[in-house]
Amino acid sequence: MEGITGVELIKACSAIGAGLAVIAGIGPGVGQGIAAGYAASAVGRNPGAKGEITSTMLLGQAVAETTGLYGLLIAMLLLFVQPLAK
Amino acid sequence: MALNTGILLSGANDLGFMIEGVFPYNFFGHEVWITTSHCCLLIVLLVIIGFCIAANISIKKAQDVPSGMQNVAELVVEFLDGLVSGSMGKAAPKFANYIGTLFLFIFISNISGLFGLRPPTADYGVTLPLGLITFCLILFNKLKYQKLSGFIKGLCEPWPFWAPINVIGDVAVPISLSLRLFANVLSGTVMMSLVYGLLSAVAYAWPAALHVYFDLFSGAIQTYVFCMLTMTYVTDAIGDGLD
Repeated sequence: MEGITGVELIKACSAIGAGLAVIAGIGPGVGQGIAAGYAASAVGRNPGAKGEITSTMLLGQAVAETTGLYGLLIAMLLLFVQPLAK
Repeated sequence: MALNTGILLSGANDLGFMIEGVFPYNFFGHEVWITTSHCCLLIVLLVIIGFCIAANISIKKAQDVPSGMQNVAELVVEFLDGLVSGSMGKAAPKFANYIGTLFLFIFISNISGLFGLRPPTADYGVTLPLGLITFCLILFNKLKYQKLSGFIKGLCEPWPFWAPINVIGDVAVPISLSLRLFANVLSGTVMMSLVYGLLSAVAYAWPAALHVYFDLFSGAIQTYVFCMLTMTYVTDAIGDGLD
C-alpha cells in the first residue's frame, strides 16, 4: 500500500463501486424476460391481438428497464464524473 | 479542419463518448462552452426544418394520387395521428401537435448516431427540459380539468397525511421520464464508441448490425415509450374532464 495517495485509492474504489452498481442490470433482465414470456403466451392464445400485445409489452419492458439504467447512471457518474475524488 | 470537426462531432476518437467543448464564448461575464451537443442539436433541427419545408411545399400542390414527398408527409402525419388518437381518445386533437413534434424530434435525435453525430438526447441537458415540458403539461391539465379542489383531493389520496408521498411521486415523473431516455441513448452511444475504440482493428462492417440495434431499434422504442408515457400521464391528468 506504499505510495498510494488517498485520491488514487478513492478512484480505485470508485471503479469497484461502478462494477457493483451495474449488477442492478439483473433485475430488469429478469423482469423483461417475464414480460416477454407472458406476451409470447398471450400471442399464442390470441394471435389476432399480436400488435397490441407487442406494444404493451415493449412499453412495460421500457418502464421496467429504468431501475437498471439508474445503476448504469451511478456507474457512469462514479467512473467519469468522480464526485468522491474531488 | 473539416475532418477534425467531423471526428469531434462523432466522438469516435479513442473512447470519446463524452460531450466535448468546441469553443468557449463570453456570456455576461461567464465563460460558456459551445459543445458537441449544441452542434448536433443544430444539425438535427436543420434536418427537421428542411423536412418540414419540403413537406409544406409538397402539400401546397397536393394531388389526389400522392407521390414522392407528399406520400412521406401523409404517412408520417397519419401514423402520428393514429398513435395519439389510439391512446388519448377524445383529447387527441388537442395534443396531436405536441406529441408529433416530440416524436419527430426525439426519433431523429436518437437515430442521428447512425449518421456519425453524437445523439443530442445523450445529453441530460436536452432530455430534462423535455421531461419538464411534460411535467408542466400534466400540472396545467390537472388544474384546468380537475380544478384546484380535484387537484388537492388527488394529493390527499388515500389519506391526507399521504400527501408528501404523492408529491414525491409526481415530481419523480419528469425525472424518470428524462433519465430513461437519456440513459438508454447514452448506453447505446457508450457501447458503440467502445466497439469503435477498443476493437478498432477488427471493426469493419459488422458494427452496422449493432447500429441497427442501438440506434434504430432502441431509439425508436424509447421515442415510442416517451410519447406513450407522456400521453398516458396527460390523459390521466385530464381524467373525465372532457366527457
